[in-house]
Amino acid sequence: MRNLEIYIHTPFCVKKCAYCDFLSFPSDDNTQARYAHSLIQEIKYYGSLMKDYKVSTIYIGGGTPTWLDENLMVAIMNQIHENFNVDSEAEVSIECNPGTVTESKLRKYLGCGINRLSIGLQSADNDELKLLGRIHTYEQFLKNYELARNVGFSNINVDIICGLPYQTVTKFMNTLQKIVRIKPEHLSVYSLIIEKGTPFYETYKFDAVRQEAGMPTEILPNEDEVYKMYKVTQMLLKDAGYLQYEISNYAKNGYECKHNIGYWKRENYLGLGLGAASLIENVRYTNTRELYKYMEGCNKLHDVGENIFISNIHDEANEIARKAQMEEFMFLGLRMNEGVSRGDFERCFGMPIEAVYRDQIEGLKREELLQIREGRVYLTDKGMDLSNYAMAKFLM
Amino acid sequence: MSIEQSKIRNFCIIAHIDHGKSTLADRIIEKTGTLTSREMQAQVLDNMELERERGITIKSQAVRIIYTAKNGEEYIFNLIDTPGHVDFNYEVSRSLAACDGAILVVDAAQGVEAQTLANVYLALDHDLDVFPVINKVDLPSARPDEVAQEIEDVIGIEALDAPRISAKTGLNIEEVLEQIVSKIPAPTGDAKAPLKALIFDALYDSYKGVIVFCRIKEGTVKVGDNIRMMATKAESIVTEVGYFGAGQFIPCDELSAGMVGYIAASIKNVADTRVGDTVTIADRPCDEALPGYKKVNPMVYCGLYPADSSKYPDLREALEKLQINDASLQFEPETSLALGFGFRCGFLGLLHLEIIQERLEREFDLDLVTTAPGVIYKIHKTNGEVIDLTNPSNLPDPSEIDYMEEPFVSAEIMVTSDYVGAIMNLCQERRGIYISMEYLEETRALIKYDLPLNEIIYDFFDALKSRSRGYASFDYEMKGYVRSELVKLDILINREMVDALSFIVFKDSAYDRGRRMCERLKEEIPRHLFEIPIQAAVGGKIIARETVKAMRKDVLAKCYGGDISRKRKLLEKQKEGKKRMRQVGNVEIPQEAFMSVLKLDEE
Repeated sequence: MRNLEIYIHTPFCVKKCAYCDFLSFPSDDNTQARYAHSLIQEIKYYGSLMKDYKVSTIYIGGGTPTWLDENLMVAIMNQIHENFNVDSEAEVSIECNPGTVTESKLRKYLGCGINRLSIGLQSADNDELKLLGRIHTYEQFLKNYELARNVGFSNINVDIICGLPYQTVTKFMNTLQKIVRIKPEHLSVYSLIIEKGTPFYETYKFDAVRQEAGMPTEILPNEDEVYKMYKVTQMLLKDAGYLQYEISNYAKNGYECKHNIGYWKRENYLGLGLGAASLIENVRYTNTRELYKYMEGCNKLHDVGENIFISNIHDEANEIARKAQMEEFMFLGLRMNEGVSRGDFERCFGMPIEAVYRDQIEGLKREELLQIREGRVYLTDKGMDLSNYAMAKFLM
Repeated sequence: MSIEQSKIRNFCIIAHIDHGKSTLADRIIEKTGTLTSREMQAQVLDNMELERERGITIKSQAVRIIYTAKNGEEYIFNLIDTPGHVDFNYEVSRSLAACDGAILVVDAAQGVEAQTLANVYLALDHDLDVFPVINKVDLPSARPDEVAQEIEDVIGIEALDAPRISAKTGLNIEEVLEQIVSKIPAPTGDAKAPLKALIFDALYDSYKGVIVFCRIKEGTVKVGDNIRMMATKAESIVTEVGYFGAGQFIPCDELSAGMVGYIAASIKNVADTRVGDTVTIADRPCDEALPGYKKVNPMVYCGLYPADSSKYPDLREALEKLQINDASLQFEPETSLALGFGFRCGFLGLLHLEIIQERLEREFDLDLVTTAPGVIYKIHKTNGEVIDLTNPSNLPDPSEIDYMEEPFVSAEIMVTSDYVGAIMNLCQERRGIYISMEYLEETRALIKYDLPLNEIIYDFFDALKSRSRGYASFDYEMKGYVRSELVKLDILINREMVDALSFIVFKDSAYDRGRRMCERLKEEIPRHLFEIPIQAAVGGKIIARETVKAMRKDVLAKCYGGDISRKRKLLEKQKEGKKRMRQVGNVEIPQEAFMSVLKLDEE
């Protein structure tokens, strides 16, 4: 049986954060109910098409999935289990926003098979949280966290962002130390990206350019400081017993997020919901990003293309060319500390990795950014620092 | 068909830019009934297709028109179009040499402009009879009577009876046609004398070889004649002669004294034909060549390199083809450590450079890297030898140099009185030597300065326009060489000298230029894995330094929801930047950086 990961997108948020450019927006109860209904239609439709796949992970992302009415969430999960062949050991994560969680919600989540919580904290400093436009305080997070532990969640991730406006290395270390003390199983530490179309972009766009150019900045930490934050994270979390297994992800042994690893390894994944992307047997599908088009489309789902997976709610469906598959294999695989496996490459493409990438590998080795050991090709610490530079080399 | 000389009129139209030269030409062609309006459009289209097919723009065109005058006689007009850009006298001058008279077009609103004057003087130099027409009288701001007076006062030619026309609407075009008959003299020359024909343009046709555009001064040429180019001594048999329809060649039996037409003689070697040369018949040559044109020498030099080094042969071929009808373009091969194989090219001025560059890129589909333009410096060596330095890299060792000279120009700037101060400041900043200022009218002044050529080749036009809000016009001619304190400024990137970035500069400006150059390059050169010092040096002494910091961090932490295509796009963008890079040592330099010297004064 073939392996499948499922991603479920819930695009609703109490309020949009100032830095966020994800597909998310506030909404009323009625819209949420209709959306959940549409999701269920999509689940049924694809469930019937994917009987020979075994689901190894499920990830409910957003938006703020925990803002959705708990009964709707339970209904969605039940439909997943009913329509898909879900492995009994499957990792099932839900993203959660402090301030939207209650005990009854958490219990219901556990009841419907959700076994991993990913809490978007972002910072342990209330001033920073306010600046980011978050709806919660650090104290609220702590309460939610304790609650989750008490209810019985034994696999919790906390999301942190570094490089915030006015943030110093010391301030960031404080956040990190506070989190380490409460011992989550997993930490994701991202650096802030000033994205076009966000309020942050309007406020900090010039500073962002200065930051990128390595010039002195006004409000954002400068490039050296962001670099220090990244290095501090690596050191501090290593000392606390976390393993960095990917550029921005750290976990206690055995708690690596399987769902994310699936992305880097190019496993099959089915994205359900507004704007979600799927990769099934090297064809990439993208759902429409228009809410009403999506909801109406789900009412009468049907296939429209040369393959049965292409449906009327897709905006795009592209078969990934062999060359692009190789490129993705490399630039996604190299995000992981363990890198890519030579054997896997040969199995996928029928030729040794050097037949395609000898010059790139040699060049990066000379620059001390890449190493080969025991059948694995992976980035060195220096290579991880310069991962974009290194990965771009693998585009042909 | 024999044509009576007295019924031929060879003329051109001269004007300041935008005063309506081309529109008038179109209208004359249309009004003479040679073409209907619709045909004309069709012809023009044909012509463009022709251009596309052959990959060559027919730059200087000539058209034969038949006009029945009010006196009932039929006349043959040869209208010779002068190239659009008149900054370069040479370009105009060779068209003028084929004419007997010229129509001067003056804009009824703008009046006499700097180039109006320059062109009239040029026409008078060629002994042409000039008559003015006042164009755009349909404009609300037209002031034809004042402008007529202005023409008489400023230029000194009779203008009160000048036709007041609108080339756009066709108003009073007949009057212009009548005046062509009455005011432009018929050509002279003996059709039975030995052939003496002036080449005023040429183009390359892949079927017919070089096609020579000429004005027959004496004698007759026909198919089968063995012609000789007097300067290059090349000989060949005429395969076709003819005249110019609108945008097409019309073969005829022969061309005789006074006529304008073309000769094709299967000339395959483009170097055999020189615009300005005299064509004669090998067995019966004329005694001496026509004076040709005032020999012009390039004033501005720069290196042109193909962005893709495998295109070097294509670039050479393209330059050769352009040179056929642009003898002022000069080039010789050179190599640069940074840029590989290319050419050191000589131009009449910066506009000429830009036009050539544009034509190479557009018509020949070449991607070019241009180095900073420079002028020709005269190097007086201690051993008495004098060399013309066109490439800064060839500057001899300072110990061998006695002294150096740089070219100066006499510049005339016409400007409205409001901006006199600003323009004089600009000239002072550019090491100008004030000569004189006079008010042509109450509100317009003519300022004269002597300026070093190397101060005006970069961005002087732009500075002039911006400081006068577009009101200043500028003309210059070479004055001569003046002894000057000059130094070679070298740029070192990661401690390696980059030859293509060296330039010669006035000693006192070296520090400032060097500093700005380093600053500019710091912005242009992307960060590498190591620190890159950028240094400016004069004679081995570092005078300025900037550092491109090492890239330590380049991480994209985010990638979510399986949105791989977004991540791919970011990486592709990163990759794309690499394509237009040149490797110097272990530093990758974007091609734009080589042109960055041009932009030093933009701030």
